[in-house]
Amino acid sequence: MSQTATHAEHFDATASKIGMWLFIFTELLLFGGLFIVYSVIRFSNQVAFHLAAEELSVSMGAVNTVLLLISSMTIAMSVSSVQFGNKKLTLFLISITILIGLVFLVNKYFEWSTKIEHGLYPGSSVLQGFGNGDTLFFGLYFFMTGLHALHIVAGISILAWVLKRVADDNIHAGHFVHLENGALYWHLVDVIWIFLFPLFYLIS
Amino acid sequence: MNINQGSFYDNHGKYKGILGWITSTDHKRIGLLYLYSIMVVFVMAAILGLLMKIELIAPGKTIMDAKTYNGLFTLHGITMIFLVVIPGLPAVFGNFMLPLMIGAKDVAFPRLNLFSWWLYVFGALVAITSQFMGGGPPDTGWTFYAPYSFRTSTNMLPAVMGAFILGFSSILTGLNFIVTMHRMRAPGMSWLKMPLFPWALYGTAWIQLLATPIIGITLLMVVGERVLNIGFFDPALGGDPVLYQHLFWIYSHPAVYIMILPAMGVISEILPTFARKSIFGYKAIVVSTMLIAIVGYFVWGHHMYTAGMSSTALFVFSFLSFLVAIPSAIKVFNWLSTLYKGSIRMEPPFYWATSFLFVFMIGGLSGLVLGALATDMHVHDTAFVVAHFHYIVFGGVGFAFFGAIHYWFPKIFGRMYDKGWATTGWVVFFIGFLTLYTPMFYLGIAGMPRRYFDYLPQFHGGNILSSFGAIIMVAGLGIIIINLFRSARYGPKAEMSPWGGTTLEWTVPSPPPLENFENIPTVTHRPYDYSKK
Amino acid sequence: MSNPGENHIVPYRIYIYILVTLLTLTGLSILVTSFELGPLAVSAALLFATIKTTLVFMYFMHLKFDQPVYAIMVLVVLFVFIAVIVVTFLDYSFR
Repeated sequence: MSQTATHAEHFDATASKIGMWLFIFTELLLFGGLFIVYSVIRFSNQVAFHLAAEELSVSMGAVNTVLLLISSMTIAMSVSSVQFGNKKLTLFLISITILIGLVFLVNKYFEWSTKIEHGLYPGSSVLQGFGNGDTLFFGLYFFMTGLHALHIVAGISILAWVLKRVADDNIHAGHFVHLENGALYWHLVDVIWIFLFPLFYLIS
Repeated sequence: MNINQGSFYDNHGKYKGILGWITSTDHKRIGLLYLYSIMVVFVMAAILGLLMKIELIAPGKTIMDAKTYNGLFTLHGITMIFLVVIPGLPAVFGNFMLPLMIGAKDVAFPRLNLFSWWLYVFGALVAITSQFMGGGPPDTGWTFYAPYSFRTSTNMLPAVMGAFILGFSSILTGLNFIVTMHRMRAPGMSWLKMPLFPWALYGTAWIQLLATPIIGITLLMVVGERVLNIGFFDPALGGDPVLYQHLFWIYSHPAVYIMILPAMGVISEILPTFARKSIFGYKAIVVSTMLIAIVGYFVWGHHMYTAGMSSTALFVFSFLSFLVAIPSAIKVFNWLSTLYKGSIRMEPPFYWATSFLFVFMIGGLSGLVLGALATDMHVHDTAFVVAHFHYIVFGGVGFAFFGAIHYWFPKIFGRMYDKGWATTGWVVFFIGFLTLYTPMFYLGIAGMPRRYFDYLPQFHGGNILSSFGAIIMVAGLGIIIINLFRSARYGPKAEMSPWGGTTLEWTVPSPPPLENFENIPTVTHRPYDYSKK
Repeated sequence: MSNPGENHIVPYRIYIYILVTLLTLTGLSILVTSFELGPLAVSAALLFATIKTTLVFMYFMHLKFDQPVYAIMVLVVLFVFIAVIVVTFLDYSFR
């Protein structure tokens, strides 16, 4: 079947979604590289990691985990609500997701400040005093949770943009792949944390 | 108004002149933007190589000191690897030809495509600033090995960040091509009716997507080492420098398949056309392409045999390295079989393709010497390695690139080049290439180390010959480039299908109109179908 | 076409069930750390994380309801990643 060349294109939502999944693969491998580093270093520093992890607060980590899981649910629900044509609910669910993301960042800020106050950060003299295993543990901790936090910021920005487009009726029941894609990105950020949590908080 | 009036050169969109080019989302213009940018940096890096060869023409200091030499081979490597050979074929010919070859109007995400080019330019500029800032040009080699890469006072951060940005450009191009091929093939073009250059780009795109993030994170960790002392690769802090090597090569080995797969795709296009015969073993080539892409992920340790890995690792990496040679060999067999009983037409693209077979074989066979543990112990980090990768990368990708430009030149520029000058350029270049790189095999076996600006007197003869070859090769390059430039402006107008090619790009005008096809074709034949034509 | 390929809208309660499951698994993974598992501790932690991730992929990220091509791609990527880790450990475990 042939079609004459025109400027007006039919929008291909499947292409958009595949594109987002492909991008997600790159993010998974980005963190995967860090996961390889973590595995190798922990393999050679089992005891030091076990002891260093006691500095982290399991409850803080658990709270953050619960928060992100809930936010994953809310953004997933928004993909259903937009298809049901429920604009108000969609706006509400996306907003809750963003809010939870912000609370996560606030928690992170407090966690990090406590560590830094106690001198537990890369390059500090306190860490140098403790030895290599602790240095590597906290190097990994700050690097990995820091990179993750950057991705939370990216995720919040994407969802804010999506929120605006839902409000403007640019995203609606007939055209919602950009909300789907934003949700996929948010789930990615959640999945990364699902692994970070046990690796840093549950090894003591 | 029919926007398909005239060629894509006439349809510049909202802006005119340079602005019309650098804001264009037309895949053809973007392919040309890449062509011009890559040519500029290639010439710069080639000059660096020539300067290195002049330094090496005699033992001791000839025209520069050791530190300068180290900076030169570092920049030569960074430029050639990240700015020329990795983007090269996909960014130039992939962008220009892929939509045409699958019967599409453009790629899946044209604006993302333009963004990829902008990232390329930005990454290149960031990397180049490393040459001019206070600490001095990086001297680690393009491999940035730990711990030196975070102990050196030279400008590592811009070099490493430039490479990081370039990685993004590569990833986004790969992403674009995968979606394009999944969603935009013309009606009737099933996967197994898709020509082999697109198939090569498909395998390449997956590697770009899945391997590049690993170098991305590794480069970020180097930044972390320099700025934050995270210690992952620092022996003084309990880290492991060999871990850096693992991560670096987990990307950089698959990277060489990003380089060679599209090159092989080009050869698979050229040979059937100039033998007027269908490619031998289309399915075997498709399967081999995907096998190379997959198995190529697991051989990276063969760059690290002397680094101190376990015996188990040594055996597994060597075994897998031998295994990955097999699909490449299958392709060489199929290419030769394509020529058998073909009706050969002697034209420059054909010369480049056949000389590719010659140098690629030599490069590949020398790879077996390096892949075998016992022999590698003797030639690791010698001139033998330098000869090997120049044969296979420059000989492989470079020859394929020249073949591609001479093959698709009439389609891209709408004009024909001078066959005499093209042939002369090829002859001179080829002689220069062999003279430049062959002595390095012997020098390496005799014990001359790589990345040294000085050497023992017994290596002098080989080095003179090699440096002499460099001058001849550069002369050949000059002939080729000047011929192409002149022909693009003054050459005779080219017809739609000057070579008798059967793939879809030869069914549109030379040069193509803005949206490629007046009507999207429906495909009924397999590619390279020379029956009843 | 503007249809992403699925004509079935996932009911809200499915997502709630999955969340409850995820929260339970999270609780269990914390509980498990109070037992002396020794070397099995890593495996247990990773097992819980993997199960949770699988649920997120299949339900929240829709792989269960989408065309198979997405799930196939995810599996390929997973395979490549795990294989790379295994091969890397061929060095470290046998030194």
